[in-house]
Amino acid sequence: MYAVTSLLFLLVGFLLILVIRWQLAYPGEPLPFLGELFGVANAPGGIILPEFYNQLGAMHGTIMVFLGVVPLAVGAFGNYIVPLQIGAPDMAFPRLNLASYWFYLAGGIVMLVSFFVPGGAANNGWTSYAPLSDLAPGMGQTLWLGGMGLLIFSSLLGAVNFITTIIQLRAPGLTWFRLPFFVWSQFITSFLLLLAFPALQAAAILQAMDRLAGTSFFLPSGLAVAGQALNVAGAGNALLWQHLFWFLAHPEVYVLILPAMGIVAEIIANNTRKPLWGYRLMVYSVFVLGFLSFIVWAHHMFLTGMGTTISAFFQATTMIISIPSVVILSSLILSLYGGSIRFTSPMLFALAFLPMFGIGGLTGLPLGLATTDIPLHDTNYVVGHFHYLVAPGTIFALFAGIYYWFPRVTGRMMNDTLARIHFVGSLICMNVIFMPMFIQGLAGVNRRLWDGGASYEHAQGVLALNIPMSHAAFTLGFFQLFFIVNLFVSVKRGRKVDANPWQATTLEWSPAGAPLRAYRDPYEYSVPGALTDFTPQGEAKP
Amino acid sequence: MIVPYTTDVRPDTGLTNPKLGIWLFLASEVMLFGSLFSAYALLRSGDPAWPDQSTVVNVPLATLNTIVLISSSVTMVLAWASLTPALASRVTTGKAGAPATPLPLGRYRLFMGLTLLLGAVFLCIKAVEYSDKFSHGLLPSTNNFLGLYFTMTGLHALHVIGGMIVNAYLLGPGLKMWSSAPQRFANRVEVAGIYWHFVDVVWIFLFPVLYLL
Repeated sequence: MYAVTSLLFLLVGFLLILVIRWQLAYPGEPLPFLGELFGVANAPGGIILPEFYNQLGAMHGTIMVFLGVVPLAVGAFGNYIVPLQIGAPDMAFPRLNLASYWFYLAGGIVMLVSFFVPGGAANNGWTSYAPLSDLAPGMGQTLWLGGMGLLIFSSLLGAVNFITTIIQLRAPGLTWFRLPFFVWSQFITSFLLLLAFPALQAAAILQAMDRLAGTSFFLPSGLAVAGQALNVAGAGNALLWQHLFWFLAHPEVYVLILPAMGIVAEIIANNTRKPLWGYRLMVYSVFVLGFLSFIVWAHHMFLTGMGTTISAFFQATTMIISIPSVVILSSLILSLYGGSIRFTSPMLFALAFLPMFGIGGLTGLPLGLATTDIPLHDTNYVVGHFHYLVAPGTIFALFAGIYYWFPRVTGRMMNDTLARIHFVGSLICMNVIFMPMFIQGLAGVNRRLWDGGASYEHAQGVLALNIPMSHAAFTLGFFQLFFIVNLFVSVKRGRKVDANPWQATTLEWSPAGAPLRAYRDPYEYSVPGALTDFTPQGEAKP
Repeated sequence: MIVPYTTDVRPDTGLTNPKLGIWLFLASEVMLFGSLFSAYALLRSGDPAWPDQSTVVNVPLATLNTIVLISSSVTMVLAWASLTPALASRVTTGKAGAPATPLPLGRYRLFMGLTLLLGAVFLCIKAVEYSDKFSHGLLPSTNNFLGLYFTMTGLHALHVIGGMIVNAYLLGPGLKMWSSAPQRFANRVEVAGIYWHFVDVVWIFLFPVLYLL
């Protein structure tokens, strides 16, 4: 349920960005079907109006992050794989799990419906910065807040459930350091969801009060809109929103990336036929990552004039947090060394994750330093940076996970040829889309420009890049068809396989009906003297 | 499918699932109210014209409310404590499974009823406070202190209402479980109690911050 719904939302978010990419490549040229779908107020005759363009951008971000990637990585993979990997019969609270799903679906529907209310959907960016969002006319922003409230409640229930399940329902013998790395990544992710999301909940409550009850928590005194002084009490603080938002949203970044690292670690161990290099170090790193992610949030706010002392603090924590990330990435790369690598389709995606995540991570360093962040802030460089992390990073890992665990779910393999076409096409297209963003960003092209920068002199030199980028985005959409077809056809027609087609060691691949008990470490591949090159965790020691 | 440790304690963690779950939930609640208290600190420190709070709000009524809410926590504990001797005696006399004679519930009903009543009294006093503010034209939009006052006490009141719904369930339809699975029922009362104490603790922070400081 989670998987299907979140894949649908990913598709919706992707279609929104295709419309944006059309507009960026061909500003003001009509797409007739848009006019019929969204009406004259948004897209008369299919021409995207600036306000509508802003709705598309805000909702693309919101849907991709909160309705697509997180529910797929945590809701779907976590719910399905974690209980199996720890040998539990189910999640600790099955009813809470169901409630969590319904809250998620309700939140998603509220978000989608908001496109069709008067004034359209929220159009203040996915960050909804105040005071712009406080004063935005129409119902869209209020619905956004309501939808976020439902989604936050959903993830709260989910996080409680995950942590309880992992602490309480581990099978006999499955001690903490015998947990697969994927379970560790979900465990830390759940803590981030549990403790970071309430800050946005509080911020959403305050903003809803601002919008509905006339308070001025985010509205400073003397604010004038269109030459008119606002009739509010004032004395609010617009930065309060940013602090509360980023207190959530920076841990949220790690919510996006940690499950992806977990999936990649499982697949790399399985396909190199050797234990993960530095398993304990990776576990310690993921703890440090989780902890530090709570004290780096203001590196998103270097331009707000908060002072050099505070900037220096957050700059230092940001540099420190890159260490555990690099430790994990290096461990994964070192795990390849000396392995007898099987280039299966999940492994291809997992391998591509490593350099793509590396590019995303390294391009983030200039953004974490206050001085270099100033010219780059809010440019396409930022967009390129975080898309390298989540698109060919996290989403590749999610694809890898789908190809890897599909036989566990359905008992059938996905088609390998289609998967390889999907992989090559996606890898090339994603790089063609996101690499030029660095060039545009370094030239100073701002993100969120309706015409893609056509009206700015400094953007002229890099404007032509928009056309190949957009075409690559459409081609990327074409290559996803291979995945969608593969997914549907393989459910019915895929090659039937036994319980452990990848010859893996972790408990989710135990034969049906086997007693769930762990006797050994998670990745006992190529143990000297063993009969096979894998020794399952559930196999008793002689 | 049976989920283990819903009623029994897992030996190596010393916890049942619901107890761990409620503590995690409360950790999240701490962050929610913590965010609001942080917002309060930021807005108050940035506003030179912050009103003298104790002249705006009604301190005697709030003091009364504090006493009411703390008393309700006491009765909540007594309600839970009235269940445990019955359970213990059943274990020592070895009457496992469905009890031959129904376990006594008089004290439980009394104290749980009192908890509900005190919760209702708290909300009534709150309503009196609110309507007094409204009738004097003091609205959330008047200034940020009143905005936060209504937001934070309002959110707290919603938590009180949520707790009362759970308690009412445990006094009404949920009571059936006492005859089928008494230990599980006692655990439920305990978990509801942990939540109820948390709501109490939030108030103990709200009261000085919004009324006295």
